[in-house]
Amino acid sequence: MTPPPKVSIRDLSMRFPTDGSHIEVLSSIDLEVKDGELVCILGPSGCGKSTLLNVVGGFLKATGGAVLIDGREVAGPDPRRIFVFQERGVFPWLTVEGNVGFGLFRLAAGERAERIAHYVKLVGLSGFENAYPQELSGGMKQRLEVARALAVNPDVLFLDEPFGALDSITRLVMRSELLRIRRAEKKTILFVTHDIDESVQLADRVVVMSTRPATIRRIVDIDMPHPRDLSAPRYIELRDMLFEEIGLAHKI
Amino acid sequence: MRTRSDVERFLLPLGTAALAIVVWSLAVRLTHTTVLPSPLKVASALRELAGRGVLWRYVGDSLRRVATGYSLALVLGVPAGLALGWNPALASAFNPVIQMARPISPLAWMPLAILWFGVSEAAPGFLIFLGAFFPIVVASMNGVRSVPAMYLQAGRNFGLSTPRLLARVVFPAALPQILVGLRIALGIAWLVVVAAEMIAVDSGLGYLIIDSRNAGKRYDLVVAGMLLIGAIGLVLDLFARRLERLRTVRWGFQGETA
Repeated sequence: MTPPPKVSIRDLSMRFPTDGSHIEVLSSIDLEVKDGELVCILGPSGCGKSTLLNVVGGFLKATGGAVLIDGREVAGPDPRRIFVFQERGVFPWLTVEGNVGFGLFRLAAGERAERIAHYVKLVGLSGFENAYPQELSGGMKQRLEVARALAVNPDVLFLDEPFGALDSITRLVMRSELLRIRRAEKKTILFVTHDIDESVQLADRVVVMSTRPATIRRIVDIDMPHPRDLSAPRYIELRDMLFEEIGLAHKI
Repeated sequence: MRTRSDVERFLLPLGTAALAIVVWSLAVRLTHTTVLPSPLKVASALRELAGRGVLWRYVGDSLRRVATGYSLALVLGVPAGLALGWNPALASAFNPVIQMARPISPLAWMPLAILWFGVSEAAPGFLIFLGAFFPIVVASMNGVRSVPAMYLQAGRNFGLSTPRLLARVVFPAALPQILVGLRIALGIAWLVVVAAEMIAVDSGLGYLIIDSRNAGKRYDLVVAGMLLIGAIGLVLDLFARRLERLRTVRWGFQGETA
């Protein structure tokens, strides 16, 4: 018997009113995500994939269809499902410790301190506990935001182009960090990106979106074990397949 | 380099001040003017004030009035601004009134202030309150309105109730802008106290200036009072600027750095 899906998106559609008319952003999206799965939602900029993530996260209400998590309809944001932002959403007025502990206000001081220490270490920010975000590099801020999300022990993470603002080397480091963290903390992850390589490196499955109104064009299984060899024939084959699916020639 | 920044921070402004005094002194001596006292005369006027024991009393009175009116503006203005920034309906209701009251100089309230409070401590306190209140309200309101939606979304995501969200996200995110408003308001309060003391009371630096002119045309005392006002204003501003360097708000006073 297959276990029930963690996230289940059913015939989802989203339209935004504009003066007199409306823009259809999402159209009849159906997707099921298994518990512990890392699914990349891949699509061109502005296709509506961020909107999809905001709907699944409970920050936007869809105009049609439904999102179910653990079989229950999503009614709003929930600390069991944390959204990690495209722009860095760490709080600049709090230290590293303050940020990691932000969502832990219901815990007793001792347990809180323990969790903070654990997650600061997990994301490799030991020694920076009392630093403020403006004293950190872009990659460190992104780690901090991931630590803040993980500290509340959510079972789903939504990542909206989290590494988009980082330089290409830091981005590669952050991807392997994410995979390392994922081995330590089994979470269901929905990861929005417009970077084809990123999706092939990270995902169990890649959901390819069309341009607006966004529909699912294809779902590709990335049947490669981790760590993935970026020059393996299968990697290149999958990447080329996605390039073609997105409609891009892969020669420059 | 440390020495260079020390030169720029202290020696350059001191040099400019010294030069200004020299120019002032020479100008008075060469023109034999009687409409402006020389720096030496002003210095001896300051000594005279200190000797009569009124210098510190007047300074203390002015500062106390500012402290009273300003504290009241702070305690009422920040919460009012936060509420207006958070609640658009409240802002729609009150904004026209605020925008109309704001351009009325606090000094225009003088006749009513004297009618209501008489020649007393309360009259200048009220005027200072009015002068400081509106900039504080407007800065707090704008501070709340410009809190990035991302911070609010993150706060909600972690399960914060509205009061918690206000205390732990909205207020700290708006604090840099609030501090700017507080500094501007402090400058205005210091402007208003001098003017208010010229009319409504019989002590303080404003009173010193108007009384020195009326009783004996002592322009050396007038200029001495002016310099005191300037110097204390400078110190107040330096103090307010120090607040902007606190670690929890410093992020708001630097250009966006990655």
